[in-house]
Amino acid sequence: MKLIIAYIQPHKLNDVKKTLYKAEVHKMSVTNALGCGEQLGYEESYRGIKFEVNLLKKVRLEIAVNEDFVQKAIDAIIEGAKTGNIGDGKIFVVDLIECVRIRTGDKGKQAIG
Amino acid sequence: MVPKIKKSYSAFNLKIIPALLVSVILSAQASAEVEPIDIASLKQGLDTVWVLVAAFLVFFMQAGFGMVEAGFIRAKNTCNILTKNFLDFCMATLGFFLVGYALMFGNGNSFWGTSGWALSGLAGETASGIPVFAFWLFQAAFCGAAATIVAGGMAERMKFSAYLIYSFIISALIYPIIGHWIWGGGWLSDMGFFDFAGSTVVHTTGGIAALIGTIILRPREGKYAIDGKANAIPAHSIPLASLGVFILWFGWFGFNAGSTLSVGDGFLIGRVAANTNIAAALGGIAAIVTAWKRFGKPDLSMAMNGTLAGLVAVTAPCACIEPWAAAVIGIVAGIICVLGVEFLDKLRIDDPVGAVPVHGMCGIWGTISVGIFGKDALGLANNGFIYGGNPMQLGIQIVGSVSAVAFVLITMGTLFKLIDITVGLRVNREEELRGLDIGEHGMEAYGGFQIFSTS
Repeated sequence: MKLIIAYIQPHKLNDVKKTLYKAEVHKMSVTNALGCGEQLGYEESYRGIKFEVNLLKKVRLEIAVNEDFVQKAIDAIIEGAKTGNIGDGKIFVVDLIECVRIRTGDKGKQAIG
Repeated sequence: MVPKIKKSYSAFNLKIIPALLVSVILSAQASAEVEPIDIASLKQGLDTVWVLVAAFLVFFMQAGFGMVEAGFIRAKNTCNILTKNFLDFCMATLGFFLVGYALMFGNGNSFWGTSGWALSGLAGETASGIPVFAFWLFQAAFCGAAATIVAGGMAERMKFSAYLIYSFIISALIYPIIGHWIWGGGWLSDMGFFDFAGSTVVHTTGGIAALIGTIILRPREGKYAIDGKANAIPAHSIPLASLGVFILWFGWFGFNAGSTLSVGDGFLIGRVAANTNIAAALGGIAAIVTAWKRFGKPDLSMAMNGTLAGLVAVTAPCACIEPWAAAVIGIVAGIICVLGVEFLDKLRIDDPVGAVPVHGMCGIWGTISVGIFGKDALGLANNGFIYGGNPMQLGIQIVGSVSAVAFVLITMGTLFKLIDITVGLRVNREEELRGLDIGEHGMEAYGGFQIFSTS
């Protein structure tokens, strides 16, 4: 089992959802996030004072998948989120030790599925 | 069926119209015979309505101040600033009822009045013939405006209990004494000093009180870095602030045009209203152009401050200047306001909403502008400087403005220092970081909304 964490541009969320659905990945968590990478944030000003580096608004996806869906999910996220510009985002894949479904107590592969 | 009904209906109408006309004419004649119209009481009635409508408009400005100040600060202090705005009008009403009106408009010496405590023992009407209670309400609303200006300058860190004490004392003592000098038959009015609707009385008083208050209070936590560089602490609701500025602009028509105190001279009211609007608009344009040029972007908060600056400045001269002069006064005010905001940041004086540049600096500018652009043909004692180069009126205006500034600096400085060593002027650091809403009031302005900010 793996946990896929992806940071993407907020306006690409709908595209990513569509491509994930096409790849039959239907389960995900989405949260708003702030951050910056190669874009180095941006500048804002208020009453003549420039802000220091400002974090950009991003969307964070978390998807827990079984081994056979890892590559499919990654490909789907890239397909939906890629524009070719800096700021498109990053995908992290980490090992997932356990997964429990609260309602039934199912564990592991069954709980993810 | 349908056309027939319509026909009979219109016939009914035709029959009844002459009868109605006759009865209206007859009743008009009858009332004219029974009760002849008394022009004097009709005039008094109209003047009273005008002054009261203006008083209601000036009262509504309290909402404007509340929205501007709430919008310009952080969400965590919104409940606190609105409580201050709300309660300072209550305190101003109390102070101006018990003591303030007597000090300002009572008979007395050149410095303060000594009759009419708690509105008792007054003549039924003022010298200009308005019922005294209507005049009191109009003036009490002005007093509340002066008191509430300070809340913005000292926002986000001043203790609520200290604010209650301050707002009572400024409305009961400080504001009425300056008011007496200028509007109550005191030494400045004897000199020929002219402040039509209160650039000095209301705005310089409030703005300079905010200046000395914010200096004594020191900047907000995190506003200036150790090297002295200013940090931006952005507004939490620009829409609220915009609504507030529109309300103030609207209310200002009552503030200035209502200060005619009479409907007798329509030309005067028209001139005042037009000049008020021209200065406001040009102040907004000048401020946004200045901000655009200096900071690279057209900053709405500056445009709004600039409009208010134009309104503040034109308040003194609006009755005695030509419209082109109102435009010039507004433009200069808009520029002063933007440069003033920058200048205060250089001095590390933290004024979250721009109360000092708008009300203090532009109140002074408006007062002095009377001596430059005023015309004796429009009711001023002497022509302004540009009409024949007579510096007399300009000198009088400067004396008046300087005296008011000095009086406010000394009295309010002393008051804030006294409050500081007794009940304390500022909340502690932990409370300031968490927000005054929870620390002072135990409640939030936006309950149920998650407000997360690192500033």
